[in-house]
Amino acid sequence: MNLLGEGFAWILDLAHYGGLNGIDVRLLQHLAISGLVLLIAAVIAIPVGYLVGHTGRGRALAVGLSGGVRALPTLGLIAILALSIGIGLEAPVIALVVLAIPSILAGAYSGFEAVERGTIDAARAVGMTEWQIVRKVELPLGLPLLIGGLRSASLQVIATATLADYIGGGGLGHFIFLGLKTNKYDEMLAGSILVVVLALVSEAVFSIIQRLVVPAGVTAGRPKDVRVRSSRSRAALG
Amino acid sequence: MFTAGRGRLVALGAVVVGAAIALSGCASSDPLSTGGSTAGAGKTLVVGSQDYYSNEIIAQLYTQALENGGYKVQQNFRIGQREVYLPQLEAGKIDVFPEYIGSLDQAVNKGLGKTAPGGTADEVYTDLTSVLPDGLKVLDKAKAADQNSWTVTKAFAKKYDLTDIASLKNVTEPITVGGNSELETRPYGPTALKSKYGINIAGFKAVEDSGGPLTVKALVDNQIQLANIYTADPNIKSNGLVALTDPGNLFFPDNVAPVVSKKVDAKAAKILNAVSAKLSTADLVKLNDQSVTDKKSADAIAKAWLKDKGLVK
Repeated sequence: MNLLGEGFAWILDLAHYGGLNGIDVRLLQHLAISGLVLLIAAVIAIPVGYLVGHTGRGRALAVGLSGGVRALPTLGLIAILALSIGIGLEAPVIALVVLAIPSILAGAYSGFEAVERGTIDAARAVGMTEWQIVRKVELPLGLPLLIGGLRSASLQVIATATLADYIGGGGLGHFIFLGLKTNKYDEMLAGSILVVVLALVSEAVFSIIQRLVVPAGVTAGRPKDVRVRSSRSRAALG
Repeated sequence: MFTAGRGRLVALGAVVVGAAIALSGCASSDPLSTGGSTAGAGKTLVVGSQDYYSNEIIAQLYTQALENGGYKVQQNFRIGQREVYLPQLEAGKIDVFPEYIGSLDQAVNKGLGKTAPGGTADEVYTDLTSVLPDGLKVLDKAKAADQNSWTVTKAFAKKYDLTDIASLKNVTEPITVGGNSELETRPYGPTALKSKYGINIAGFKAVEDSGGPLTVKALVDNQIQLANIYTADPNIKSNGLVALTDPGNLFFPDNVAPVVSKKVDAKAAKILNAVSAKLSTADLVKLNDQSVTDKKSADAIAKAWLKDKGLVK
């Protein structure tokens, strides 16, 4: 008996498509939840990360906070949130946003921090305003690292979004919970395989984007030395 | 320094608690073999219980009633789930065990490679008596049952005049069902409501906590209108929920009844039957509530109830 084969067979069975619990519907729900979570997390984390990265202020706080939040168990957070705001999509989305923020935040501020100090000085010397420096220097140069942060956040969110259906939030978790409770391991495995496939697709897409967003000038001549943080002073906003 | 001292205290506490658990584990590590050794004495009865707080309370009821009747009782509580204790019961190492007739009937039938026929509590009880192995007997069943139910809020029940499951037909708004995801596929699930009673279920929301606080909250918040909650769950009472009656036997009736070995003589059986005769589901809920809400011990809960019912002076 090949359980993995049975898992794939379950996915390929056309009877498992269509309807509220069809693979197609659940897959789309899963994608929608993950996408929504990434969007919200990005809207929160990127500006904060850029601010920290550009000014160099609040770095310890951002690192400490986001690191600490990573330790929160998502399932526990979902259960506690659901006890106050009820079942449905809200609690899992909030819990997953909390999960996604640290990676994106780290990607955003480290992207800014990784910009060559001399480059910024040069930009300032040619008369760029702070805003122009952010927009035309730090942002494009830091983009690959930001995408890296989004990439790892996306991976975590897609894998963990299975918990959304713990409280009726939808998504691929349905197959895993149901399979587990009713000893239908092919169904459970099918759900897991689908999550893995989604995660791999996300990895592939983000790694391509990550490569595409590297500015041409950077690929032409990458700086050989990597600066350490202490050797750098940061421009203050305002 | 305070924190260090406190930390040490906590560590010490942890060690003490750990040791206590380990030692109590030692003390009861061989509990299942002692029952047989007193065979023939006819006086010491071994009472067991599942690893479920409500079951332990019932086991306490049996224990104290038997003790009151002059029997020596040895307690082997919190043994685990049916797969673990059923073989011990069959081997005669436990003499009295609180059971749920529907679930036990299904388990014993499954062990024999058969499917339990189901039906009313009486039918299930009759089937159970016929399939139990030699040496085991099920005494009178109580009215008290701890089983699956379709539960609604009081307001919802009042609005549509709901009493039993069939009356869900009165509901004119869309009904969303909530419960563990497997509920959707169970023989008593939404599909059965439709086919058996013609009740339209608009949607299903998975809440994977087996009728626990999240399910109750969803029900109270009207995010779901119908939920699967165990009938003896004190949450039903404390949240003013209504478990709809099940005259059509959609669910397997899980009335409480003691399963006993041959060592339980006629007098002991009479004592146990007297307990079952007084035990209603309302009683069971009350007993459970004292454990869940008031955090009383099973021992104290049982003592008060037996006294209240005049079973023990």
